Amino acid sequence: MTLDNTELLRFTTAGSVDDGKSTLIGRLLYDSKSIFEDQYEAISQTSAKRGEEGVNLALLTDGLKAEREQGITIDVAYRYFATPKRKFIIADTPGHIQYTRNMVTGASTANVALILIDARHGVVEQTRRHCFIASLLQIPHLIVCINKMDLVDFKEDAYNKIKEDFQIFSHRLDVKDIDFIPMSALLGDNVVEKSENMDWYGGSTLLYSLENVHIGSDNNFIDCRLPVQTVIRPYSDEYHDYRGYAGRIAGGVWKKGDEVTVLPSGFATKITKIDTYDGEVEEAYPPMSVTLLLEDDIDISRGDMIVRTNNQAEVTQDVEVMLCWFNERPLQPNGKYAIMHTTKEARCMVKDVRYRLDINSLHRDEDDKEIKMNDIGRVLLRTTAPLFVDSYRKNRITGSIILVDEQTNETVAAGMVI
Amino acid sequence: MSANYQLNHLRELESESIFVLREVAAQFENPVLLFSGGKDSILMVHLAMKAFHPAKIPFTLLHVDTGHNFQEALDYRDALVERLGVNLVVGSVQEAIDAGMVREETGFNATRNFLQTAVLLKSLEDGKYDAALGGGRRDEEKARAKERFFSHRDEFGQWDPKNQRPELWNLFNGRKEYGEHFRIFPISNWTELDVWQYLAVENVDLPSLYFAHEREVIHRDGMLLATEGDLIPRRPEEKVEKMMVRCRTIGDITTTGVWESEAATLEDIIAEVSMARQTERGGRADDKRSETAMEDRKKQGYF
Repeated sequence: MTLDNTELLRFTTAGSVDDGKSTLIGRLLYDSKSIFEDQYEAISQTSAKRGEEGVNLALLTDGLKAEREQGITIDVAYRYFATPKRKFIIADTPGHIQYTRNMVTGASTANVALILIDARHGVVEQTRRHCFIASLLQIPHLIVCINKMDLVDFKEDAYNKIKEDFQIFSHRLDVKDIDFIPMSALLGDNVVEKSENMDWYGGSTLLYSLENVHIGSDNNFIDCRLPVQTVIRPYSDEYHDYRGYAGRIAGGVWKKGDEVTVLPSGFATKITKIDTYDGEVEEAYPPMSVTLLLEDDIDISRGDMIVRTNNQAEVTQDVEVMLCWFNERPLQPNGKYAIMHTTKEARCMVKDVRYRLDINSLHRDEDDKEIKMNDIGRVLLRTTAPLFVDSYRKNRITGSIILVDEQTNETVAAGMVI
Repeated sequence: MSANYQLNHLRELESESIFVLREVAAQFENPVLLFSGGKDSILMVHLAMKAFHPAKIPFTLLHVDTGHNFQEALDYRDALVERLGVNLVVGSVQEAIDAGMVREETGFNATRNFLQTAVLLKSLEDGKYDAALGGGRRDEEKARAKERFFSHRDEFGQWDPKNQRPELWNLFNGRKEYGEHFRIFPISNWTELDVWQYLAVENVDLPSLYFAHEREVIHRDGMLLATEGDLIPRRPEEKVEKMMVRCRTIGDITTTGVWESEAATLEDIIAEVSMARQTERGGRADDKRSETAMEDRKKQGYF
């Protein structure tokens, strides 16, 4: 049996409460025939029980009891559907303000972000916030879904006005590719089927865009980085001297014979084999999980990083990051946290808060620098051991960190290396 | 150039799962892999084999045995353990009932499914396991759709869905207090169809229960249940019938529905699954008890 060559696309959805996000996802799943009869039956029964008119497609994603009771999405919900062209993973993230951390979570691995806007309300504070997060997390593609067009009589002016407002705001952000689609998720216009109510719109439907957006260059194929996860030593007669360095390729294209350097020791050696369970491979690239065998017997352990000798990550104990704060207890100036970066764990101290960012105005506040829950700020960290970093712009894997509270073990912040 | 360097979706899912399995081996002291004999746990074992090749799988296998298993699933389990040279620990629901730790349900819809939670938690405690790898997938059920790869459990084994740790990029925070543990779901992002396609591509050997065979069944609540002797008490109006059926999931006999099917090969199954209009858990009586049956069980420490 051969594999059909289907690509995987991950996208995230963001919008304010009542922008119709869950309905949009329900619509995508329903119109692409990804909803099963028993699921549909279950949500129609629930809708009827609650006295709702028609079937509430939002119930498909709101799975937790509290979410159904309050009619809001609390946690990131993952959904899956496929068309003959692509497989999709949706991270459906809540629009409610105190749950912004979930949007950051969903955005961290996404190729595409859908930003929902209610056509009646236009660009609001939440839109700016979501958009900024998408750019901060370097989601390569944005699709702005101008929803509820049925409630503004499918008028082109309404669409144009929102598009202009959005562009005024977004030209200050770092987003490469933005697309605008007018739609009605409730009625299905321009989601999977082309709208019959908006002849003035010549662009594609949402599903068509998702199926065709180019994601082939979303990974870094230039800078070779392999954070070592674990060392494989079989201790068997057959593989007596086997010593393999296992990890997932975070960047670059690797070949047998390549000259590599191990960080932090700085020892240089050559790749003798790129091994997998299915045998040796000629080339390895992101996001493959492989095992590297090296020419020289060097002391390498988890947390070390293998790089190309002529293109190395920065080795540093001073890491400057844009930090998103997730915890109710604010960031403590001079506070100490555990820091996780690729497969390396260390401790760090907050040396300086450079500024706190006002997400709505993009103004840098250098006076009130308290970083509270859902705040974003630029921070300098000093680590107990050197990290091997790239800027987040260059590599989303080697340029990202999380902070963990050592008392509660909670993940309290996510950071992007500048 | 990038066009040549694109993994297809199955290879990308495989790589993600291998990454997670290796993180577990590195971050935890005593991880265990929950093995039910179902296709998802068979997939997990296959992926673990790949992740640590040519070394052995560094996890103990734990099977929570309700005492109501298909014999074939047990035989398959034992042969697999033998072949891989790994440790198998069995947590027995029957023993827990005999010891008075849990009480058996009675009546027509009696099942030991709910008793598994207590036995699972006790087995984890007895073995001092700090991470339990499960084959749960987010596409299975709406509460599962909210699961993390690394899912924290308190000292009572409970899940708090409203207070989960955010999980970003591929940074998995497995830090915990002594006595707490993690449930780990390496195949979170796989769908039922992905699993079948992958098992076919990889030529993985499966219990024949998954393929169409003739079996005695009864109709109940829109489902077909395998009779297997006298395990399921019958109502007077329920008649035993012989049909060509197959399992889409394999679990405790009393809650695993079977499906009318002619699918004799993996290719047939894939065709059937891609045409299917019912989810695989549509045949699970345990999910049908209430709207949030899965969430309620998971909070208490279920798989």
